[in-house]
Amino acid sequence: MKPVLRLTGLVAVLSLTGCATEPWVKPYERQNLADPIMSADRNPVSSAYINHVFEAREGARGALGSHGGGCGCN
Amino acid sequence: MAVTEAAAAVTEMNAVRILASIATIGLFLAALPARAAVLPEERADLLYHRYDGGGVTVDGPSLLVRKNFAEKYSVAANYYVDMVSSASIDVVTTASPYKETRTQTSLGFDMLRDKTTYSLNVTNSDEDDYEANTVGFDISQDMFGDLTTLSIGFSRSWDQVRRNGDPGFEEPIDRINYRFGLSQIVTPSLIMGFAYELITDEGYLNNPYRSVRYLDLESSTGYAFEPEVYPHTRTSNSAAISARYFLPYRAAVHGEYRYFNDTWGVDANTLRIGYTQPWGARWIFEIGYRWYGQSAADFYADLFLRPNAQNFMGRDKELSTFDSNMINLGVTYELPSFGWNFIKNSTLNFFYDHSYYNYDDFRDITKGGIPGTEPLYHFNADVFRLFISGWF
Repeated sequence: MKPVLRLTGLVAVLSLTGCATEPWVKPYERQNLADPIMSADRNPVSSAYINHVFEAREGARGALGSHGGGCGCN
Repeated sequence: MAVTEAAAAVTEMNAVRILASIATIGLFLAALPARAAVLPEERADLLYHRYDGGGVTVDGPSLLVRKNFAEKYSVAANYYVDMVSSASIDVVTTASPYKETRTQTSLGFDMLRDKTTYSLNVTNSDEDDYEANTVGFDISQDMFGDLTTLSIGFSRSWDQVRRNGDPGFEEPIDRINYRFGLSQIVTPSLIMGFAYELITDEGYLNNPYRSVRYLDLESSTGYAFEPEVYPHTRTSNSAAISARYFLPYRAAVHGEYRYFNDTWGVDANTLRIGYTQPWGARWIFEIGYRWYGQSAADFYADLFLRPNAQNFMGRDKELSTFDSNMINLGVTYELPSFGWNFIKNSTLNFFYDHSYYNYDDFRDITKGGIPGTEPLYHFNADVFRLFISGWF
């Protein structure tokens, strides 16, 4: 079986079985995770800006959560 | 070049496979039984930013407003301006200092259907000599008792590269982004994430003003310049893992590692760590460190041995071998209530980043010396962000 089909099948099976999965972290155990300091992107306007700075100054790009726009560096 | 073309062909095949997988997963997510998730928070942010480093100053405002409707729809708008004043080392050695303004406008629309969020984003970026238009679509799905969030996305950009003083010059770039993200609650105090992004570019990828340097013994300096020549295609892969942990005394630590490579031969690593500490009811302090390192593109050289030395030539320091170290500090203060009913709470925020960029094969030719032996280039940069945020 091709790797793509295997991956798709795996995701499909996990998703279907996941609908019946009992969560091992209960909803009432998530108060720490709900604290704003645990947010991956607490200030989206600020993180979008600094990611733009990184992409203008560095050769690497992507997987930072921002996309689109020009560079301002021509 | 045969090797490069073969690598590009393999990467294109991989891109087609990844696209097929994303499309299949996307269709599957849309068909999943759904449960309740939440829309992004309703908020407004007004930010002033300033970058100062390497002879370049960039500053301007950014305004982001997000409003939700009927508990199912969310609309966001962002207006962002970069006012650039550049006397960078590229500019002072091969051109004249310049000023320009870039304006970016984004509109986003999110629709929540139980556990699935569908997002559409449109962005326009405009400056004198460059225009970019981007359309993006993302699907996010909570699953496994809300412990896992899976997201996939796709963007398409159409850019136009122009050259000031040359009205007949206009060249296109087409870009395609594929994104995949996974966020996983591991314990009551630990959340981990994985992100992958594939980006392909096709078109005029040069900077129309930038030059490469070659050895010219007839010149008084020993070198001369000619326009850079880049490949017309580029495909890159980025993969990042991250973790955020809640400490027992209400503080958080986080870390992130990203690996990047592309068909131009650039390999890069990014490492980031940070610590967040609330203080009392109103203050949050942050401190962090980021390291970034990359290898040079295959066609990069600080000094070519002769004119037209190879098919592709670049001397962009962003494609050289270098690393950077950055420290960042941040403070957030929750403002007292204004007595306005439509604002639930508001914060005043200040973030400062200091970076040091250190180049391994890009030389500072303003210092003079025998060509190819000038001191290596390095510079410091300071970045400030001051912003006010309100939730309603």
